[in-house]
Amino acid sequence: MLNISGLENGVVLDHIPAGMSMELYKYLNLDKFDCQVAIIKNADSQKMGKKDIIKISGGLDQINLDAIGFLDKNITVNIITNGKVSEKKRLHLPKKLTNVIRCKNPRCISSIEQELPQIFFLSDPKEAVYRCMYCEERYTKNDK
Amino acid sequence: MPRHLLNPMDFSVEELDKLMDLAGDIERNPDKYAHACDRKTLATCFYEPSTRTRLSFEGAMYHLGGHVIGFASADSSSASKGESVSDTIRIISCYADICAMRHPKEGAPLVASLKSRIPVINAGDGGHQHPTQTLTDLLTIRSLKGHLDNITIGLCGDLKFGRTVHSLIEALSRYENVRFVLISPPELRVPGYITEMLDHKNLQYREMQNLEEAIPTLDILYMTRVQRERFFNEDDYIRMKDFYILTKEKMKLAREDMLVLHPLPRVNEISVEVDDDPRAVYFRQAQYGMYIRMALILTLLGLEVQ
Repeated sequence: MLNISGLENGVVLDHIPAGMSMELYKYLNLDKFDCQVAIIKNADSQKMGKKDIIKISGGLDQINLDAIGFLDKNITVNIITNGKVSEKKRLHLPKKLTNVIRCKNPRCISSIEQELPQIFFLSDPKEAVYRCMYCEERYTKNDK
Repeated sequence: MPRHLLNPMDFSVEELDKLMDLAGDIERNPDKYAHACDRKTLATCFYEPSTRTRLSFEGAMYHLGGHVIGFASADSSSASKGESVSDTIRIISCYADICAMRHPKEGAPLVASLKSRIPVINAGDGGHQHPTQTLTDLLTIRSLKGHLDNITIGLCGDLKFGRTVHSLIEALSRYENVRFVLISPPELRVPGYITEMLDHKNLQYREMQNLEEAIPTLDILYMTRVQRERFFNEDDYIRMKDFYILTKEKMKLAREDMLVLHPLPRVNEISVEVDDDPRAVYFRQAQYGMYIRMALILTLLGLEVQ
């Protein structure tokens, strides 16, 4: 068992499906953070068999919960304060996604307009279908 | 906040009824409206070529006594220097009272509306929406059929990139007992979001390839052109463009009161021999297009004529 030192203050993303942590790392733009980030891959899990975990030192305000909810709403978000879990965030499929995914339609205005935010709305919660606010192009997790 | 028209669904059915009533009054009493837009200016911002829609907007504004400024292609605007749509509309807001925008990129008029101080009318955005054509189509059907509910409408041709088709289906889906027959080659079927919407609303629709088989069942036949500019590949365009041609022979299969609509311009999808058939109403449709745009300009500017 690999030991990673405990967090004093920060966020632990737990129950990430095994192998998804690097994708989540990318969606959360963790490469741009200057805080400590630990990625644990293929940890043993009673519930999932194998899982990934990401530990981030620092505040929740840096983390885009919508991006996590979009990728997998079953990921657990634990807020750590003074070395203890102070809060567990429940995730859901977000109604609106801003700058999480990009529209792939080459005819969409978002492909050329300067600094236009990439905005998607949830159009079918059952099938987790999102549509671009500008051109209504369809987007699902499988289109990633 | 100004009111915009970006999507045909931006107006409720009741608002559409009022708009079409106003268009009808304009048609019957044009003199009454001849100075309704005195000292008002319409900006026509057309980033891609259009004859009918642009001239229809300009004609509408002149018939209301207003002025028109604008550009007819991206080359003759600051877009050629790389100016964004957001910046352009901020500038246009300083010079005009209302703006009609056509843009090849989908969602461009929506982006403009987010920064605009004046009403923005979507005059066509790529293959996405063309709401004023939809208003034209609705007014034509209502004026000539007398109602918009209880009809079977066949839409034929390019249903994938044909923005007029997408807008019209969405608009008609709000009326009672409208049945859709979607006639296209497999490559040009309607996009998923349209069939999703029809499924969601539990509306009747059939997807077919054969025009002759569909035509006897229709109250309205809405023909469309296969648009060269929507294809990235010339070979695909050539393969698709002659898929459907409406001829006198095929019209014999249609009901006596079926109407043929077309957003125009046509290339060869309706044979010229059909033009003299009283059921061919596509040129009258263009006339209705100007009346409905006059009504729209007045409504978005909040002007009332007693």
